[in-house]
Amino acid sequence: MAIRTEPFILNVGPQHPSTHGVFRLRVTLDGEVVVDVEPVVGYLHRGIEKLAEGRTYTQNIPFTDRLDYLASMTNNFAYVLAVEKLAQIEVPERAEYLRIIMAEMMRIASHLMAIGFFLNDLGAMMTPVLYMWREREKLLDLFEMVCGQRLTYNYMRIGGVSQDIPEEFLPALKKFVAEMPTFIDEYEWLLSQNEILLARTKGVGILPRDVAINIAASGPVLRASGVKWDIRKADPYSIYDRFDFEVPVGNVGDCYDRYWVRMQEMRQSVRILEQALEQLPGGEVYAKVPQLLRPPAGEVYGHIEAPKGELGFYLVSDNSIAPYRFHIRPPTLINLTALKDMVIGWKVADLIVTFGSMDVCLGEIDR
Amino acid sequence: MKFERYGIGIAKGMAITFKHLFRPPITVQYPEEKLVVSRRIRGNELVWFPDRCTGCATCAKSCPQGNIEIATHVGSENNYVVDKFELDAGRCMFCGLCVESCPYEALAMGVSYEQAQYRRGDLVWSKEELQPLNKRPSGYARPEIEAALPKQSLLIYGDKERDEGGQKLRLIPLSKKRGRGV
Repeated sequence: MAIRTEPFILNVGPQHPSTHGVFRLRVTLDGEVVVDVEPVVGYLHRGIEKLAEGRTYTQNIPFTDRLDYLASMTNNFAYVLAVEKLAQIEVPERAEYLRIIMAEMMRIASHLMAIGFFLNDLGAMMTPVLYMWREREKLLDLFEMVCGQRLTYNYMRIGGVSQDIPEEFLPALKKFVAEMPTFIDEYEWLLSQNEILLARTKGVGILPRDVAINIAASGPVLRASGVKWDIRKADPYSIYDRFDFEVPVGNVGDCYDRYWVRMQEMRQSVRILEQALEQLPGGEVYAKVPQLLRPPAGEVYGHIEAPKGELGFYLVSDNSIAPYRFHIRPPTLINLTALKDMVIGWKVADLIVTFGSMDVCLGEIDR
Repeated sequence: MKFERYGIGIAKGMAITFKHLFRPPITVQYPEEKLVVSRRIRGNELVWFPDRCTGCATCAKSCPQGNIEIATHVGSENNYVVDKFELDAGRCMFCGLCVESCPYEALAMGVSYEQAQYRRGDLVWSKEELQPLNKRPSGYARPEIEAALPKQSLLIYGDKERDEGGQKLRLIPLSKKRGRGV
């Protein structure tokens, strides 16, 4: 009698420690080899796009905190940039610098979280995560000092930022900028040559360059595949053209490259912070903007390089106090469409690693 | 799967673990000891100053959730008298937009963050509960309050400097925190 096997369907999630939220992967397995993957999203859907249509432009800023809750500051930034582009508002110089400082601090915090939990998925249970959280906690302290909260900042306003930084902020940030490279060295010394990390990630979950471009991937996922595309360089928004930094690029597109690109991006963010701290001018932080802003009728797409990729806001105004249409282009949802191409033919354990290396945030995918 | 340079990773990991044996702990034993929060903290509390409030309802208009309920009547001196000022902490997201928008500085965020209740109804704060009797207003969008509050204890300075800068951990005795239960 011939032995016959049948494909087996496994649900990873919605309550699974490695899904980083409420996310379900419907995996078809042949033995332990992945044959098909179907991501099921929507468990965290709150209808933010629709809610935003009933609220004024300023009232929508706290909602953008709830998209990618690990990088709330960049969500604020992308949204206010889009509205400012729509209403043609000039932002004071100091506010621009403060925004850049916050965005780069946020990028470091988000990448620390991404790398830490990627290693957690690899089986390095909690140890690297806690080393990285130690540094992230220092950044959260600074955010708390500036805007009063540690997760949902609600700091940026249309036309500037809500408040100027307190006097003890700059010395603390300077100390952080000075000591952060030694911590990154420590992580790299611990991790980059670790044989378990190399064995589990080198050559695993390869996203080829052409596939990455075709699915419109962005952020570290795209750059690890060898495409030098960073909106900070390609379409400089705010004042990013004044800073000198490099865009780290991987060459294979495997999980190790995605990890490596994030590690290098943190170094570049520290470089931008150093330059921004040197150039930081004095002056106002908030341009006078009417409380009930009525942008001229029209549409706008504003995008920034968020830690996870290209975060865009598409706004349509009908000259009323609320946006007529509020659409979010989340980076991780679009990156996630590549998952199927990356994991077919690999084992279940590699699926978890590949998914972890994409650094998804479910608040943003389901919104 | 092949292992290269087997053993280096373990040695490095052990070296870092060993190094951490000599570092001061960065964690705080939370209910017993607490860090000093930011002077601009948006705690889970709102403070309403009835003598400054004119009942203009700018805060209610600025709230993204439509969470602030105000009812007024015209008083003897042709002013508004606030009959009802109520908000539901269960729906509030403590974004601080109401505090920023108040033209008379009659509203402030509070410092406290331990506001859990056993019943949903207890989360609705009435006019009397919002008054600044036992509350500490925070300096969010209120620079004059901010200047008077103690400095935030920052992790970046470590334990040693945290003590030197007058930013000591506030220790509260354990027995005080044991509540009554349900």
